[in-house]
Amino acid sequence: MSTDALQASDNPEPRPRAELLSALGHRILLTVGPILVSLIIAGLILVFVGVDPIKYYAYVLDRGLFSPSGIQQTLTRMAPMLFLAAGLIVAFRAGIWNLGVDGQFLLGAVTAAASAPLLVAVVPAWLAAVIAFVIAACVAMAWSLVPALLKAYHGVNEIITTLMMTFLGISLANVLVKLAFLDPNTTVPQTRTLPVEDRLPRLFDTTISSGLLLGLVAIIAVHILMTRTAFGLKLRTVGANPHAAIHAGLNVPRLTVAVFALSAGLAGLAGAVDIIGVQGNVRADWNPGYGLLVIPMVFLARFNGFAAIGFVLLLSVLSIGGESAARRLGVPNHFTLVLIATVLIVLAIVEYVDSRFLKKTRA
Amino acid sequence: MTAGSPNSSADSSIAEPIVTLSGVTKRFPGVVANDDIDMAIRPGEVHVLLGENGAGKSTLIGLLSGLIAPDEGTIAIDGRATQIASPRHALALGIGTVFQHTMLVPTLTVAENLLLGEPWWRRPRKESLQRRIEDLSKSLGIEIDLDALAADLSLGEQQQVEILRALSRNSRVLILDESTSMLTPEGIEELGDLMRQLVKRGLAVVFITHKLKEAAAFGDRISVLKLGRKVGEISPDRFRSLDHDQLIAEFVEMMFGKRSGDPEDVVRSPHPELRDRQPLLSVSGLTLAPARGNPGLNDIAFDVRPGEILGIAGIDGNGQTQLARVLAGQQRADGGDIRFDGKPVTDWPVHARRDAGLRYLTDDRLGEGTVGSFPVSINLLLKQIGDPPFWRNGIEQTAAIDAHARDLIRQYDVRTPSEHTPIGRLSGGNIQKALLARELAEGAKAVIFNKPTYGLDLANTLATRSRIGDVAQSGKAVLLISTDLDELLALSDRIAVLSAGRIVGTVDNEPGARNAVGRLMGGLAA
Repeated sequence: MSTDALQASDNPEPRPRAELLSALGHRILLTVGPILVSLIIAGLILVFVGVDPIKYYAYVLDRGLFSPSGIQQTLTRMAPMLFLAAGLIVAFRAGIWNLGVDGQFLLGAVTAAASAPLLVAVVPAWLAAVIAFVIAACVAMAWSLVPALLKAYHGVNEIITTLMMTFLGISLANVLVKLAFLDPNTTVPQTRTLPVEDRLPRLFDTTISSGLLLGLVAIIAVHILMTRTAFGLKLRTVGANPHAAIHAGLNVPRLTVAVFALSAGLAGLAGAVDIIGVQGNVRADWNPGYGLLVIPMVFLARFNGFAAIGFVLLLSVLSIGGESAARRLGVPNHFTLVLIATVLIVLAIVEYVDSRFLKKTRA
Repeated sequence: MTAGSPNSSADSSIAEPIVTLSGVTKRFPGVVANDDIDMAIRPGEVHVLLGENGAGKSTLIGLLSGLIAPDEGTIAIDGRATQIASPRHALALGIGTVFQHTMLVPTLTVAENLLLGEPWWRRPRKESLQRRIEDLSKSLGIEIDLDALAADLSLGEQQQVEILRALSRNSRVLILDESTSMLTPEGIEELGDLMRQLVKRGLAVVFITHKLKEAAAFGDRISVLKLGRKVGEISPDRFRSLDHDQLIAEFVEMMFGKRSGDPEDVVRSPHPELRDRQPLLSVSGLTLAPARGNPGLNDIAFDVRPGEILGIAGIDGNGQTQLARVLAGQQRADGGDIRFDGKPVTDWPVHARRDAGLRYLTDDRLGEGTVGSFPVSINLLLKQIGDPPFWRNGIEQTAAIDAHARDLIRQYDVRTPSEHTPIGRLSGGNIQKALLARELAEGAKAVIFNKPTYGLDLANTLATRSRIGDVAQSGKAVLLISTDLDELLALSDRIAVLSAGRIVGTVDNEPGARNAVGRLMGGLAA
């Protein structure tokens, strides 16, 4: 057997390509199949609550994807989600479960919203945007420092600490909006509004924010960083086998802190891109909760940056379409979450069945 | 180890077998793991299954313990053909298995572990368990604290608990899978005594090993497996009529097809000229505070010269791994000096020591030596991530990495489908070859080998040993940490004995060294 194996290694070209294709097909089937099954299950739930699922899905697709205004909203909303996905991919590939992206996102958003209107008064809009981005990233990084240090030097479980820091972060963001950064000229508690002409430019003649391009750049850059560079390989080594990382002489605590900084920094940028690109200000109690929505997408994409772009698009379509459908058909907005959760559960079951029963027959 | 006299009672050879295998065949993709095997397991016998890694021993155990089903042939229990459907079914049939790696739940106590597997609706009956276990262990002469946490037991004690668990479920056949591979010499001897006790009580013991000496010491009946086929059997009568050396010779004949002495018996030729060389690696006053599960290090001092092999003997867990880690820079010592190649390296990080030529081959190949999910090519460079020419400005140079990997794979004869195969899929021997390739690659001046042949089959063991000899021959300094005295005697120039984190003596490897080292290990002066 071993000699066969050796001969195969001398001539690796012809067979593996076909195998690679079939493996890819298998992977796509395993990803798309569960989504279709989940649509059916979620459709049954809709039938149960008295809504025509075909009508609902058609409406969601129309409002999220096929209508001109819908697709523009969808693509615009992808920007912060792509940044969040990038931040999550860095962390998850390094084996660090940063579940605190929502807090980091919101603090980034609030500080960007507070600083940008002040900055445009003194510097050109593009520079103001850059500075606001940097401030947002730094604040989010600082917010992740406590879980980072606890994890790096004391091995405290980051799932707990980042989740707890998110509760604090959301409240702190609120307090900042209501007390420190309050716009005195409005009655509703919110930050100063960044004038529309000073926000990120829109693409061509559409309403799509150029934040989309920044998001795409961020996630592709992260993908390349993790798969093609020495730094990414070091992070993946720490994630895959921390003992091997120590054995190989990697400075695991320092890399851990770096992962937190990168991940949180990207989450902060996600906040900034949403504010400077679209919202213009932060209202008190505003918390879109993108992070918790993006986490399942990143898992569905198996931490692959390119796949994550597709899943973020799907999420964006569902959430934009779902918001419209909520207004029109009376299906609560949270139904989007039900759908995504169903996809995840079905996917896990399919994965189990595949590894338990199907692999055996193929082997 | 003392040769437990094969004292099966006279009627055992004619006792009705409990388990009979006839014509059993099991195929896996690309291999016939078991090929037409006939075998009878009888009460009152220690039936040794002898064979190298890959001979089909594990498959055979899998068949007996209900983990896998045969493709052809039948397994008869008490003369009736039976399909062993699951491990639970095997237990019900009276076949208990103690696997190579302990299956105890570390966070539960011994009693709780023994009570696992009872029906879920019943309250655990600890009192009756206590009585039963006390009876059992007294009659077998072992002492187990039922309230101790499983994690706090030594490996030997954990094994005894697993044996007790099998016995407390009224097993008639006890399968011990490579049970000695994790044990200290004393532990091995205790296990041998225990096996004798068990067969005296009328149990059938199946003892799996690849060590010839253990087979000769503990067996009543020997079956030798080779490449999935049963190539020979020695009956108890014949077994008793042969002395130790004849037995070994017979095993070797069956396993390797050529008659020779024990192939592990090699004597290192002395190199008196080494004395005059300047030490390459010298250590003085090295200390490390004791920690959970290890005695730390206490005032360690030694020199290793170029071309010299210094053996570190001692029973596992006496500070060997800590010593290796401190030398490699993975762990910081609390005190003492390490000089390498004339430079003080005590404060150098791992990477700097490696670059200077000090290499460490870990004994924990999967746990820390490799990242199982990464391809072979990356694992070969795991300690050089970011270094040119494999990374330029931090960007991976795939062509250079693959070429480097193909080169080492060929040079070190690593059997892998390709350099892109995840290293975790390779066999232990091939992973070890890959690690040897990584540590010995360009620039090595001194190499620390930590239990380099642990868990390898004989062919890979011998290949690794000759590789270590070559390393020293080429003028590198070698620190050989091993728990295998034969290995140390075969390779080392000098042997230092480590006990409770302290070097209790250093012996030149000349005739009589075996006794001297043995006495030191046993706590006596050389």
